[in-house]
Amino acid sequence: MIDLAIALIQGSFSLDFTATLGDGVSALFGPSGAGKTTVLDAIAGLRLPALGRIAVADRVLFDSSTGINVAPYLRRIGYVPQDIALFPHMNVRRNLLYGRHPGTSPDLDRVLRMLEIETLLDRGVRDLSGGERQRIALGRALMSGPSLLLLDEPLAAVDLPLRRRILPYLARIRDDLGIPILYVSHDRDEVQQFADYVVRLEAGRVVGKDRKDSKDLKI
Amino acid sequence: MPIWRLTWFTVACAGGATLLVLPIGVLIAWALARGSFRGRTILEAVVTLPLVMPPVATGLILLMLMSRRGPIGRVLERVGIDVVFTWKAVVLAMAVMGLPLLVRTARAGFEHVDRRYEQMASTLGAAPVRAFLTVSLPLALPSVIAGAVLAFARALGEFGATIVVAGSIPGATRTLAVAIYTYAETGRDWEAVTLIAISAAIAFAALLCSNALAGKRLA
Repeated sequence: MIDLAIALIQGSFSLDFTATLGDGVSALFGPSGAGKTTVLDAIAGLRLPALGRIAVADRVLFDSSTGINVAPYLRRIGYVPQDIALFPHMNVRRNLLYGRHPGTSPDLDRVLRMLEIETLLDRGVRDLSGGERQRIALGRALMSGPSLLLLDEPLAAVDLPLRRRILPYLARIRDDLGIPILYVSHDRDEVQQFADYVVRLEAGRVVGKDRKDSKDLKI
Repeated sequence: MPIWRLTWFTVACAGGATLLVLPIGVLIAWALARGSFRGRTILEAVVTLPLVMPPVATGLILLMLMSRRGPIGRVLERVGIDVVFTWKAVVLAMAVMGLPLLVRTARAGFEHVDRRYEQMASTLGAAPVRAFLTVSLPLALPSVIAGAVLAFARALGEFGATIVVAGSIPGATRTLAVAIYTYAETGRDWEAVTLIAISAAIAFAALLCSNALAGKRLA
Protein backbone atom coordinates (compact mmCIF):
# COMPACT_ATOMS: atom_id res chain seq x y z
CA MET A 1 0.00 0.00 0.00
CA ILE A 2 1.29 3.42 -0.97
CA ASP A 3 -0.14 6.40 0.86
CA LEU A 4 0.44 9.77 -0.75
CA ALA A 5 -0.51 13.29 0.30
CA ILE A 6 1.72 15.87 -1.31
CA ALA A 7 1.23 19.63 -1.33
CA LEU A 8 3.79 22.04 -2.67
CA ILE A 9 4.02 25.37 -4.42
CA GLN A 10 6.63 26.11 -7.04
CA GLY A 11 6.44 29.58 -8.55
CA SER A 12 2.99 29.92 -10.03
CA PHE A 13 2.40 26.14 -9.99
CA SER A 14 0.76 24.50 -7.01
CA LEU A 15 0.37 20.78 -6.50
CA ASP A 16 -2.21 19.15 -4.26
CA PHE A 17 -2.05 15.41 -4.66
CA THR A 18 -3.74 12.75 -2.54
CA ALA A 19 -4.01 9.08 -3.44
CA THR A 20 -3.80 5.63 -1.91
CA LEU A 21 -2.42 3.11 -4.34
CA GLY A 22 -2.44 -0.68 -4.29
CA ASP A 23 0.54 -2.98 -4.74
CA GLY A 24 0.19 -3.56 -8.49
CA VAL A 25 0.85 -1.07 -11.25
CA SER A 26 -0.58 2.41 -10.77
CA ALA A 27 -0.59 4.95 -13.54
CA LEU A 28 -0.34 8.67 -13.05
CA PHE A 29 -2.07 9.98 -16.12
CA GLY A 30 -2.42 13.53 -17.38
CA PRO A 31 -1.23 16.17 -19.80
CA SER A 32 2.23 17.77 -19.79
CA GLY A 33 2.67 20.26 -16.95
CA ALA A 34 0.09 18.53 -14.75
CA GLY A 35 2.74 17.86 -12.07
CA LYS A 36 3.32 14.15 -12.67
CA THR A 37 7.12 14.29 -12.49
CA THR A 38 6.89 16.54 -9.43
CA VAL A 39 4.89 13.81 -7.66
CA LEU A 40 7.57 11.21 -8.51
CA ASP A 41 10.38 13.56 -7.40
CA ALA A 42 8.61 14.14 -4.08
CA ILE A 43 8.19 10.40 -3.48
CA ALA A 44 11.88 9.80 -4.28
CA GLY A 45 12.84 12.59 -1.88
CA LEU A 46 14.31 14.80 -4.60
CA ARG A 47 11.78 17.56 -3.97
CA LEU A 48 10.50 18.60 -0.58
CA PRO A 49 6.75 19.00 -0.19
CA ALA A 50 5.52 21.91 1.90
CA LEU A 51 2.93 19.68 3.53
CA GLY A 52 1.89 16.07 3.39
CA ARG A 53 2.69 12.47 4.13
CA ILE A 54 4.38 9.79 2.02
CA ALA A 55 4.32 6.17 3.17
CA VAL A 56 5.34 3.08 1.22
CA ALA A 57 4.37 -0.32 2.65
CA ASP A 58 3.74 1.20 6.11
CA ARG A 59 7.15 2.88 6.14
CA VAL A 60 6.75 6.63 6.55
CA LEU A 61 9.21 8.47 4.29
CA PHE A 62 7.86 11.96 4.81
CA ASP A 63 5.45 13.47 7.26
CA SER A 64 5.28 17.22 7.66
CA SER A 65 3.23 16.95 10.85
CA THR A 66 5.90 14.93 12.71
CA GLY A 67 8.93 16.34 10.90
CA ILE A 68 9.93 13.02 9.31
CA ASN A 69 11.91 13.39 6.09
CA VAL A 70 13.92 10.29 5.16
CA ALA A 71 16.98 11.16 3.00
CA PRO A 72 16.65 10.01 -0.64
CA TYR A 73 19.51 7.52 -0.30
CA LEU A 74 17.71 5.75 2.54
CA ARG A 75 14.26 5.59 0.90
CA ARG A 76 14.78 2.51 -1.30
CA ILE A 77 12.74 3.98 -4.14
CA GLY A 78 13.82 2.86 -7.62
CA TYR A 79 13.50 5.69 -10.12
CA VAL A 80 13.77 5.64 -13.90
CA PRO A 81 13.50 9.29 -14.95
CA GLN A 82 12.35 10.39 -18.35
CA ASP A 83 15.89 11.37 -19.33
CA ILE A 84 17.17 7.92 -18.21
CA ALA A 85 20.34 9.46 -16.67
CA LEU A 86 22.62 6.43 -16.92
CA PHE A 87 26.03 7.36 -15.51
CA PRO A 88 27.98 8.27 -18.66
CA HIS A 89 31.41 7.54 -17.14
CA MET A 90 30.55 3.96 -16.20
CA ASN A 91 29.91 0.94 -18.38
CA VAL A 92 26.67 -1.04 -18.24
CA ARG A 93 27.95 -3.41 -15.54
CA ARG A 94 29.00 -0.58 -13.21
CA ASN A 95 25.71 1.21 -13.79
CA LEU A 96 23.76 -1.93 -12.90
CA LEU A 97 25.82 -2.66 -9.80
CA TYR A 98 25.94 0.94 -8.54
CA GLY A 99 22.97 0.54 -6.24
CA ARG A 100 23.42 -3.12 -5.35
CA HIS A 101 22.61 -3.69 -1.74
CA PRO A 102 23.51 -6.99 -0.07
CA GLY A 103 20.37 -8.63 1.24
CA THR A 104 17.72 -6.62 -0.59
CA SER A 105 18.95 -6.63 -4.20
CA PRO A 106 17.67 -9.29 -6.58
CA ASP A 107 20.15 -11.66 -8.19
CA LEU A 108 22.00 -9.92 -11.05
CA ASP A 109 21.64 -12.91 -13.39
CA ARG A 110 17.90 -12.91 -12.86
CA VAL A 111 17.61 -9.22 -13.76
CA LEU A 112 19.90 -9.69 -16.77
CA ARG A 113 17.78 -12.58 -18.04
CA MET A 114 14.50 -10.82 -17.38
CA LEU A 115 15.53 -7.71 -19.33
CA GLU A 116 17.62 -9.65 -21.89
CA ILE A 117 20.70 -7.50 -21.36
CA GLU A 118 23.28 -10.24 -20.66
CA THR A 119 25.34 -9.34 -23.74
CA LEU A 120 25.51 -5.61 -22.97
CA LEU A 121 27.44 -5.78 -19.68
CA ASP A 122 30.79 -4.50 -20.94
CA ARG A 123 29.41 -1.89 -23.31
CA GLY A 124 29.73 1.85 -22.68
CA VAL A 125 26.37 3.53 -22.14
CA ARG A 126 26.97 5.92 -25.04
CA ASP A 127 27.01 2.96 -27.43
CA LEU A 128 23.52 1.75 -26.49
CA SER A 129 20.34 2.13 -28.51
CA GLY A 130 17.27 3.84 -27.03
CA GLY A 131 15.62 0.57 -26.07
CA GLU A 132 18.81 -0.81 -24.53
CA ARG A 133 19.24 2.33 -22.44
CA GLN A 134 15.66 1.99 -21.17
CA ARG A 135 16.26 -1.60 -20.13
CA ILE A 136 19.61 -0.80 -18.42
CA ALA A 137 17.94 2.05 -16.51
CA LEU A 138 15.19 -0.37 -15.41
CA GLY A 139 17.83 -2.93 -14.42
CA ARG A 140 19.84 -0.33 -12.49
CA ALA A 141 16.76 0.72 -10.51
CA LEU A 142 15.76 -2.92 -9.86
CA MET A 143 19.26 -3.87 -8.68
CA SER A 144 18.95 -1.41 -5.78
CA GLY A 145 16.23 -3.66 -4.32
CA PRO A 146 13.53 -0.99 -4.25
CA SER A 147 10.27 -1.24 -2.34
CA LEU A 148 8.61 0.91 -5.03
CA LEU A 149 9.54 1.54 -8.65
CA LEU A 150 8.87 4.95 -10.20
CA LEU A 151 8.83 5.13 -14.00
CA ASP A 152 8.56 8.54 -15.63
CA GLU A 153 7.13 8.14 -19.12
CA PRO A 154 9.37 5.18 -19.89
CA LEU A 155 7.96 4.87 -23.38
CA ALA A 156 7.52 8.52 -24.30
CA ALA A 157 10.77 8.89 -26.19
CA VAL A 158 10.64 5.60 -28.09
CA ASP A 159 8.88 4.78 -31.36
CA LEU A 160 5.94 2.42 -31.62
CA PRO A 161 7.82 -0.80 -32.52
CA LEU A 162 10.24 -0.24 -29.62
CA ARG A 163 7.31 0.54 -27.33
CA ARG A 164 5.83 -2.84 -28.19
CA ARG A 165 9.16 -4.47 -27.33
CA ILE A 166 9.62 -2.71 -23.97
CA LEU A 167 6.10 -3.12 -22.58
CA PRO A 168 6.55 -6.88 -22.02
CA TYR A 169 9.64 -6.16 -19.89
CA LEU A 170 7.59 -3.87 -17.67
CA ALA A 171 4.95 -6.59 -17.39
CA ARG A 172 7.67 -9.06 -16.39
CA ILE A 173 8.91 -6.77 -13.63
CA ARG A 174 5.34 -6.50 -12.37
CA ASP A 175 4.71 -10.25 -12.52
CA ASP A 176 8.11 -11.74 -11.58
CA LEU A 177 9.43 -9.39 -8.92
CA GLY A 178 6.16 -8.20 -7.41
CA ILE A 179 7.47 -4.68 -6.87
CA PRO A 180 4.73 -2.02 -6.83
CA ILE A 181 5.11 0.33 -9.78
CA LEU A 182 4.01 3.93 -10.12
CA TYR A 183 4.05 4.78 -13.73
CA VAL A 184 3.68 8.21 -15.36
CA SER A 185 2.18 8.48 -18.80
CA HIS A 186 0.10 10.68 -21.01
CA ASP A 187 -0.74 7.83 -23.37
CA ARG A 188 -4.24 6.44 -22.86
CA ASP A 189 -3.60 3.10 -24.65
CA GLU A 190 -0.46 2.43 -22.67
CA VAL A 191 -2.23 3.07 -19.39
CA GLN A 192 -5.17 0.84 -20.28
CA GLN A 193 -2.82 -1.93 -21.30
CA PHE A 194 -0.53 -1.86 -18.34
CA ALA A 195 -2.02 -0.27 -15.21
CA ASP A 196 -4.30 -1.72 -12.52
CA TYR A 197 -5.10 1.62 -10.99
CA VAL A 198 -5.23 5.05 -12.57
CA VAL A 199 -4.95 8.52 -11.05
CA ARG A 200 -5.68 11.37 -13.38
CA LEU A 201 -3.86 14.62 -12.70
CA GLU A 202 -4.57 18.01 -14.24
CA ALA A 203 -2.93 21.33 -13.37
CA GLY A 204 -1.66 19.97 -10.06
CA ARG A 205 -5.04 18.54 -8.94
CA VAL A 206 -6.35 14.98 -8.86
CA VAL A 207 -9.40 14.96 -11.13
CA GLY A 208 -10.12 11.24 -11.19
CA LYS A 209 -9.15 7.91 -9.63
CA ASP A 210 -10.24 4.53 -10.84
CA ARG A 211 -9.50 0.84 -10.90
CA LYS A 212 -8.90 -0.62 -14.31
CA ASP A 213 -11.38 -3.46 -13.72
CA SER A 214 -14.28 -1.07 -13.27
CA LYS A 215 -16.39 -0.98 -16.38
CA ASP A 216 -15.87 2.59 -17.45
CA LEU A 217 -12.32 3.60 -16.73
CA LYS A 218 -12.59 7.35 -16.43
CA ILE A 219 -9.40 8.52 -18.03
CA MET B 1 72.93 28.44 -7.53
CA PRO B 2 72.79 26.14 -10.57
CA ILE B 3 69.87 26.65 -12.92
CA TRP B 4 68.71 23.04 -12.60
CA ARG B 5 68.43 23.40 -8.81
CA LEU B 6 66.53 26.65 -9.13
CA THR B 7 64.18 25.03 -11.64
CA TRP B 8 63.68 21.93 -9.50
CA PHE B 9 63.00 24.02 -6.37
CA THR B 10 60.39 26.12 -8.19
CA VAL B 11 58.66 23.11 -9.79
CA ALA B 12 58.64 21.23 -6.46
CA CYS B 13 57.17 24.22 -4.59
CA ALA B 14 54.54 24.79 -7.30
CA GLY B 15 53.68 21.08 -7.27
CA GLY B 16 53.42 21.09 -3.48
CA ALA B 17 51.26 24.22 -3.55
CA THR B 18 48.94 22.59 -6.12
CA LEU B 19 48.59 19.42 -4.03
CA LEU B 20 47.94 21.59 -0.97
CA VAL B 21 45.10 23.57 -2.55
CA LEU B 22 43.60 20.68 -4.53
CA PRO B 23 41.39 19.15 -1.79
CA ILE B 24 40.42 22.54 -0.33
CA GLY B 25 39.84 24.07 -3.75
CA VAL B 26 37.71 21.17 -4.99
CA LEU B 27 35.55 21.28 -1.86
CA ILE B 28 35.07 25.06 -2.15
CA ALA B 29 34.30 24.72 -5.89
CA TRP B 30 31.69 22.04 -5.19
CA ALA B 31 30.15 24.02 -2.32
CA LEU B 32 29.89 27.13 -4.52
CA ALA B 33 28.44 25.13 -7.43
CA ARG B 34 25.91 23.11 -5.43
CA GLY B 35 25.42 24.52 -1.98
CA SER B 36 23.04 27.18 -0.80
CA PHE B 37 24.40 28.29 2.53
CA ARG B 38 24.89 31.51 4.46
CA GLY B 39 28.13 33.26 3.66
CA ARG B 40 28.31 31.81 0.15
CA THR B 41 28.86 35.22 -1.46
CA ILE B 42 31.50 36.10 1.12
CA LEU B 43 33.34 32.80 0.56
CA GLU B 44 33.25 33.41 -3.18
CA ALA B 45 34.67 36.92 -2.74
CA VAL B 46 37.42 35.82 -0.33
CA VAL B 47 38.54 33.03 -2.69
CA THR B 48 38.61 35.42 -5.66
CA LEU B 49 40.49 38.21 -3.81
CA PRO B 50 44.03 37.01 -4.65
CA LEU B 51 43.07 37.15 -8.32
CA VAL B 52 42.12 40.82 -8.25
CA MET B 53 44.33 42.27 -5.49
CA PRO B 54 47.93 43.30 -6.16
CA PRO B 55 50.02 40.16 -5.40
CA VAL B 56 52.27 42.29 -3.18
CA ALA B 57 49.23 43.15 -1.04
CA THR B 58 48.32 39.45 -0.75
CA GLY B 59 51.93 38.80 0.27
CA LEU B 60 51.74 41.50 2.93
CA ILE B 61 48.54 40.03 4.37
CA LEU B 62 50.20 36.60 4.47
CA LEU B 63 53.26 38.16 6.16
CA MET B 64 51.07 39.78 8.82
CA LEU B 65 49.23 36.52 9.46
CA MET B 66 52.23 34.21 9.41
CA SER B 67 54.98 36.28 11.06
CA ARG B 68 55.95 35.40 14.63
CA ARG B 69 53.73 38.18 15.93
CA GLY B 70 50.88 37.34 13.58
CA PRO B 71 47.80 35.38 14.76
CA ILE B 72 48.65 32.18 12.85
CA GLY B 73 52.46 32.49 12.99
CA ARG B 74 52.33 32.80 16.78
CA VAL B 75 50.46 29.51 17.11
CA LEU B 76 52.74 27.75 14.62
CA GLU B 77 55.84 28.99 16.39
CA ARG B 78 54.68 27.31 19.59
CA VAL B 79 54.75 23.93 17.83
CA GLY B 80 58.13 24.75 16.29
CA ILE B 81 57.02 25.67 12.78
CA ASP B 82 58.56 28.74 11.20
CA VAL B 83 56.98 29.77 7.90
CA VAL B 84 58.05 33.29 6.92
CA PHE B 85 61.24 33.45 4.77
CA THR B 86 61.40 29.66 4.38
CA TRP B 87 60.39 27.33 1.53
CA LYS B 88 57.05 26.88 3.34
CA ALA B 89 56.28 30.55 2.72
CA VAL B 90 57.03 30.03 -0.97
CA VAL B 91 54.54 27.12 -1.09
CA LEU B 92 51.96 29.12 0.87
CA ALA B 93 52.21 32.17 -1.41
CA MET B 94 51.94 29.97 -4.50
CA ALA B 95 48.96 28.08 -3.04
CA VAL B 96 47.02 31.24 -2.15
CA MET B 97 47.64 32.77 -5.58
CA GLY B 98 46.71 29.55 -7.40
CA LEU B 99 43.55 28.82 -5.42
CA PRO B 100 41.17 31.19 -7.29
CA LEU B 101 42.09 29.70 -10.67
CA LEU B 102 41.50 26.16 -9.41
CA VAL B 103 38.19 27.07 -7.74
CA ARG B 104 36.82 28.98 -10.73
CA THR B 105 37.68 26.27 -13.24
CA ALA B 106 36.55 23.35 -11.09
CA ARG B 107 33.36 25.15 -10.13
CA ALA B 108 32.41 25.54 -13.79
CA GLY B 109 33.00 21.79 -14.14
CA PHE B 110 30.70 20.94 -11.22
CA GLU B 111 28.02 23.33 -12.48
CA HIS B 112 28.16 21.54 -15.81
CA VAL B 113 27.39 18.14 -14.22
CA ASP B 114 23.68 17.39 -14.64
CA ARG B 115 22.11 17.26 -11.18
CA ARG B 116 20.02 14.35 -12.36
CA TYR B 117 23.08 12.06 -12.13
CA GLU B 118 23.63 13.01 -8.49
CA GLN B 119 19.93 12.56 -7.79
CA MET B 120 19.94 9.12 -9.40
CA ALA B 121 22.98 8.15 -7.31
CA SER B 122 21.04 9.10 -4.18
CA THR B 123 17.94 7.11 -5.19
CA LEU B 124 20.30 4.16 -5.72
CA GLY B 125 21.37 4.37 -2.08
CA ALA B 126 24.52 6.50 -2.35
CA ALA B 127 25.04 8.79 0.64
CA PRO B 128 26.18 12.33 -0.30
CA VAL B 129 29.91 11.60 0.15
CA ARG B 130 29.72 8.49 -2.06
CA ALA B 131 27.64 10.32 -4.68
CA PHE B 132 30.28 13.08 -4.71
CA LEU B 133 33.25 10.71 -5.02
CA THR B 134 31.71 8.33 -7.57
CA VAL B 135 29.54 10.63 -9.69
CA SER B 136 30.10 14.40 -9.28
CA LEU B 137 33.91 14.32 -9.03
CA PRO B 138 34.59 11.89 -11.91
CA LEU B 139 32.21 13.81 -14.18
CA ALA B 140 33.85 17.13 -13.29
CA LEU B 141 37.37 15.67 -13.36
CA PRO B 142 38.54 17.24 -16.64
CA SER B 143 37.74 20.68 -15.22
CA VAL B 144 39.33 19.85 -11.87
CA ILE B 145 42.53 18.75 -13.63
CA ALA B 146 42.48 21.79 -15.91
CA GLY B 147 42.04 24.00 -12.82
CA ALA B 148 44.89 22.26 -11.00
CA VAL B 149 47.21 22.75 -13.97
CA LEU B 150 46.25 26.41 -14.20
CA ALA B 151 46.98 26.80 -10.48
CA PHE B 152 50.32 25.03 -11.01
CA ALA B 153 51.22 27.31 -13.93
CA ARG B 154 50.21 30.36 -11.91
CA ALA B 155 52.32 29.11 -8.99
CA LEU B 156 55.37 28.70 -11.25
CA GLY B 157 55.22 32.37 -12.21
CA GLU B 158 54.33 33.70 -8.76
CA PHE B 159 56.42 36.74 -7.87
CA GLY B 160 54.75 39.52 -5.88
CA ALA B 161 53.42 37.58 -2.90
CA THR B 162 56.46 35.26 -2.80
CA ILE B 163 59.05 38.04 -2.55
CA VAL B 164 57.18 39.69 0.31
CA VAL B 165 56.50 36.63 2.45
CA ALA B 166 59.50 34.46 1.48
CA GLY B 167 62.12 36.91 0.23
CA SER B 168 64.81 36.01 -2.27
CA ILE B 169 67.32 33.86 -0.43
CA PRO B 170 69.49 31.93 -2.91
CA GLY B 171 69.24 28.21 -2.24
CA ALA B 172 66.42 28.67 0.27
CA THR B 173 63.49 30.68 -1.11
CA ARG B 174 64.55 32.01 -4.52
CA THR B 175 62.24 30.84 -7.31
CA LEU B 176 62.53 31.16 -11.10
CA ALA B 177 60.37 34.30 -11.20
CA VAL B 178 62.28 35.98 -8.41
CA ALA B 179 65.61 34.96 -9.96
CA ILE B 180 64.58 36.41 -13.34
CA TYR B 181 63.90 39.74 -11.63
CA THR B 182 67.18 39.64 -9.70
CA TYR B 183 69.24 38.76 -12.80
CA ALA B 184 67.53 41.45 -14.90
CA GLU B 185 68.13 44.03 -12.15
CA THR B 186 71.81 43.20 -11.92
CA GLY B 187 72.45 43.21 -15.67
CA ARG B 188 72.80 39.45 -16.06
CA ASP B 189 70.50 39.50 -19.07
CA TRP B 190 71.60 36.22 -20.63
CA GLU B 191 70.84 34.27 -17.43
CA ALA B 192 67.50 36.05 -17.14
CA VAL B 193 66.58 35.08 -20.72
CA THR B 194 67.56 31.43 -20.05
CA LEU B 195 65.25 31.33 -17.02
CA ILE B 196 62.44 32.98 -19.00
CA ALA B 197 62.77 30.23 -21.63
CA ILE B 198 62.68 27.52 -18.95
CA SER B 199 59.61 29.08 -17.26
CA ALA B 200 57.80 29.37 -20.57
CA ALA B 201 58.64 25.76 -21.52
CA ILE B 202 57.35 24.33 -18.21
CA ALA B 203 54.17 26.43 -18.26
CA PHE B 204 53.53 25.52 -21.90
CA ALA B 205 54.04 21.81 -21.18
CA ALA B 206 51.66 22.01 -18.22
CA LEU B 207 48.96 23.74 -20.26
CA LEU B 208 49.36 21.19 -23.09
CA CYS B 209 48.91 18.39 -20.53
CA SER B 210 45.86 20.14 -19.14
CA ASN B 211 44.25 20.45 -22.55
CA ALA B 212 45.06 16.87 -23.47
CA LEU B 213 43.58 15.60 -20.19
CA ALA B 214 40.49 17.73 -20.62
CA GLY B 215 40.01 16.06 -23.98
CA LYS B 216 40.53 19.26 -25.89
CA ARG B 217 43.19 20.13 -28.43
CA LEU B 218 45.18 23.33 -28.30
CA ALA B 219 43.98 25.39 -31.25
